[in-house]
Amino acid sequence: MRLLRTLGRNIRDAIKSVFRNFSLSMASISCITITLILVGLAILTSYNVDNFTKIIEQDFSVFVYLDKDIDEEEIKEIEEKLNKNPNILEYDFDSKEEIAQSMMETSEVLKNIMGKWEEDENPLNDVFRLKLKEIRNIKTTISEIEKFENISYVDYGEKIVNNYISAFDIIEKILIVVVALFIIVTAFLIANTIKLTIFSRRKEIEIMRLVGASNFNIELPFIIEGLILGIFGAIIPIIVVIYGYYTFYIKYNEHLFSPFMKLVVPEPFIYIVALILLGIGMIVGMFGSLRAVRKYLKI
Amino acid sequence: MELIRIRGVEKQYKNGVTAICNLDLSIKKGDFVFIIGSSGSGKSTLIKLLHREEKPNKGRIIIGGIDVAKLKNKKVYKLRRKLGVVFQDFKLLPRMTVYENVAFALEIFGLSKDEIRKKTIKALELVGLKNKVKQFPDQLSGGEQQRVAIARAIVNGPKLLLCDEPTGNLDPDTSFGIMKVLEVINKMGTTVVMATHDKEIVDKMKKRVILLEDGKLIKDYEKGTYSHEVA
Repeated sequence: MRLLRTLGRNIRDAIKSVFRNFSLSMASISCITITLILVGLAILTSYNVDNFTKIIEQDFSVFVYLDKDIDEEEIKEIEEKLNKNPNILEYDFDSKEEIAQSMMETSEVLKNIMGKWEEDENPLNDVFRLKLKEIRNIKTTISEIEKFENISYVDYGEKIVNNYISAFDIIEKILIVVVALFIIVTAFLIANTIKLTIFSRRKEIEIMRLVGASNFNIELPFIIEGLILGIFGAIIPIIVVIYGYYTFYIKYNEHLFSPFMKLVVPEPFIYIVALILLGIGMIVGMFGSLRAVRKYLKI
Repeated sequence: MELIRIRGVEKQYKNGVTAICNLDLSIKKGDFVFIIGSSGSGKSTLIKLLHREEKPNKGRIIIGGIDVAKLKNKKVYKLRRKLGVVFQDFKLLPRMTVYENVAFALEIFGLSKDEIRKKTIKALELVGLKNKVKQFPDQLSGGEQQRVAIARAIVNGPKLLLCDEPTGNLDPDTSFGIMKVLEVINKMGTTVVMATHDKEIVDKMKKRVILLEDGKLIKDYEKGTYSHEVA
């Protein structure tokens, strides 16, 4: 009960202080706002980029062409080895007869030519179609497969996909660094704001200590003030994230530039992002102000 | 019963000035003690040592069972809750009313509104300011401001009241008014230790007088006067 009353009084005082030092509070709040908008954009982008990668991974196949004179035994051997590879999610086997059959079904011309082949005249290869778990590791997996016996060559459809994926990887890493930097800068700015609040209230603090306030009693209102700054700072970014993403999603009709770049469905995705932003705002506000209190109160 | 025990205390400031030198002193519960001496004699330092604003370099200070010299920064509040301090410059918060200034000392303990109200009004009544609760400090005279500060210092019911030149900024008549308040508080059982160089007050009150000079205890009289101490 006693703690609850103290808390209530401190929340009241903290809100008072936020408005009393309005210009300073606004500076902190706008800084948190800008940071959180950037953090929000970064989260949205990196999550979507991650999603693109997943979509590509789902559609993406590696073709392993086998030697022409291969026999059933040797095919089995390759199959066993494929089974053992940890990066292979699943595979299908297409024999050269099956491929010829399906090709003949696609056009009359092909049917005329290919229908005249004797069994050992078929120039096609037997093929394993692989799906990978991690496209990022494609190079290692392929070089492993190329070492198998009786493999003619390995091919994976669009090599450009690989470039996409490494580009996505770089984008994600840059975003993480940028976000981390912004969070640190904001924490410093909040520490500065609180420092100024402390400066303007140092007489009050001196008297608080004189009449027997514990360190916790003194710290609490400032921590709450930081928390409030964080919450206020998160409001606009949350609105921007929710409305912005909805608008973007509707306008680009679920996909962007290329069919495999499907945007993540907004619900519940953006609400989770909004909560993350609120959480970051609160934590940064609290720790920024705690830092200032510890440093400038010498307690 | 002994409330304050000071043994072999030495205080040297970082700039090299020795303010208190090998001081031994005992103050009984319920005492009213004047600490006198010229400027720089160490009066204020002694008061600061007693409420742990400063730490001694050597020696022991025990107040009501708390070893003040060993008290860590984090634990200072435990001592401060047992004593009240009054200063020459009042140290009131200008943006708060008289009532709020006094209630402030209780609010940090998380007391209920009723309790705060009761105690605050009682303390303001004691210093004779019950009818000025809604005024702000700058609407009061110096003497009245000091009474507010005293009310804040005693609102918690401390065992010890420390006063550092409480009448230093006040005219003689107002000073006597303050002394009367302090005497009443003392009669109610609070030990009062007051640093002053107000000759008239010391002479009139006829209380225990401790004379410091260059940080040393020179004289300690049961019922002393200022004139024959300094002379």
